[in-house]
Amino acid sequence: MAWTRDQMAARAARELEDGFYVNLGIGIPTLVSNFIPEGMSVQLQSENGMLGMGPFPYEGEEDPDLINAGKQTITALPTTSYFSSADSFGMIRGGHIDLSILGAMQVAENGDLANWMIPGKMVKGMGGAMDLVAGVKRVVVVMEHVARNKDGTESPKLLKACDLPLTGTHVVDLVITDLGVFTIDKKGEGGMRLIELADGVTEAEIRARTEAAYTVALD
Amino acid sequence: MKKVYSDATAALADLLRDDMTIMCGGFGLCGIPDELIDAVRASGVKGLTVISNNAGIDGVGLGKLLETRQVAKMISSYVGENKEFARQFLAGELEIEFNPQGTLAERIRAGGAGIPAFFTKTGVGTKVAEGKEVRDFDGEAYVMERGLFADLALVHAHRGDTEGNLAYRMTARNFNPMMATAAAVTVAQVEHLVRPGEIEPDHIHTPGIYIGRIVHVPVREKRIEQRTTRKRAEAAQAAAGGGAV
Repeated sequence: MAWTRDQMAARAARELEDGFYVNLGIGIPTLVSNFIPEGMSVQLQSENGMLGMGPFPYEGEEDPDLINAGKQTITALPTTSYFSSADSFGMIRGGHIDLSILGAMQVAENGDLANWMIPGKMVKGMGGAMDLVAGVKRVVVVMEHVARNKDGTESPKLLKACDLPLTGTHVVDLVITDLGVFTIDKKGEGGMRLIELADGVTEAEIRARTEAAYTVALD
Repeated sequence: MKKVYSDATAALADLLRDDMTIMCGGFGLCGIPDELIDAVRASGVKGLTVISNNAGIDGVGLGKLLETRQVAKMISSYVGENKEFARQFLAGELEIEFNPQGTLAERIRAGGAGIPAFFTKTGVGTKVAEGKEVRDFDGEAYVMERGLFADLALVHAHRGDTEGNLAYRMTARNFNPMMATAAAVTVAQVEHLVRPGEIEPDHIHTPGIYIGRIVHVPVREKRIEQRTTRKRAEAAQAAAGGGAV
């Protein structure tokens, strides 16, 4: 047993607070918008230049001028504002966004993050990921606990040190995987701490599938 | 002085030359000056350095300049969805300089504002910072990035007046306002050409001083890269984020 994608997104949604301005990455992080608690005001930022992102449009109401950072058609809300990409990243770099939730290829026990390139493969670019992890107040990673290789083996993604090119150093605050939740003391010496287990997952199973050193602080 | 040109080809005729640097507005296929890109293609200039967040898709936008091998180098942040791009890049025919998206946006803004360089936290400790000056400010490390200025900027706006004042629409704004400021000459493609005064002065995003030439291109077709929708029946559940429009 482990968490599903939806359960991981629901767990990530517990990091939201009323009044937060939040940037969600592509993939599981996008699902977090489905779990914003009723009555909580959360404004979603799209780094191409929009704050207050609404849901997907009804069929036939797509507007090519209104897309999110994943280039998907979306809608506006009464709270929406539009701005240039320079203003958008000023907002990000200047520390005005409360929370960034994004995916990762690797996370190290010191908070280093790798999520943009694999040497030898076609590199598509980092997009806004480096700006987000460097500038946003709190960075939450949502990812599968291990990478599944083509030959059927698996490789740990929570590592002592990332071996893929970095997106940022000392940037990750919290990691949510299908197996559990870890905090990282990214600017201090506190290291990585396992704080929650997914349903039906044991600490021994996590230990076996994690390379990073961590302490256990379960409730 | 007359800024309005009859069409894209006329507006670009005496501006294009081989090996020049061109900024091109847009994010994905949203807010791209497609008619101006077509005119660059038709001109046959080559060896171009193109500064643009993305590189279009096969057969659309900047993808058209890649097909004809007119681009020698791209300065971009994400070039996801373009097979011809991948082929040329892997074959060593095309040079690419990746920039973090916000760094790219700020480099252009800085270039247009007369700022030759600035320091940012973005990319410290990564490949992006290699070979660049890193300096400590108040105990934190920042990397120096250079402003960008091009020979020519091509931008797209929703409305423009004959003086060159521009207003963008929704997320089609993206990189267009900064690029309009950061080139020796900026040419704007506008969907609606209006008389001065018709755009409320408070609602002008790019003042006409930045716009050298303007071309009226009524909307023919706007492409959508990722068409995502929801069914009507889902309306009740779709309130996440605050409700439907």
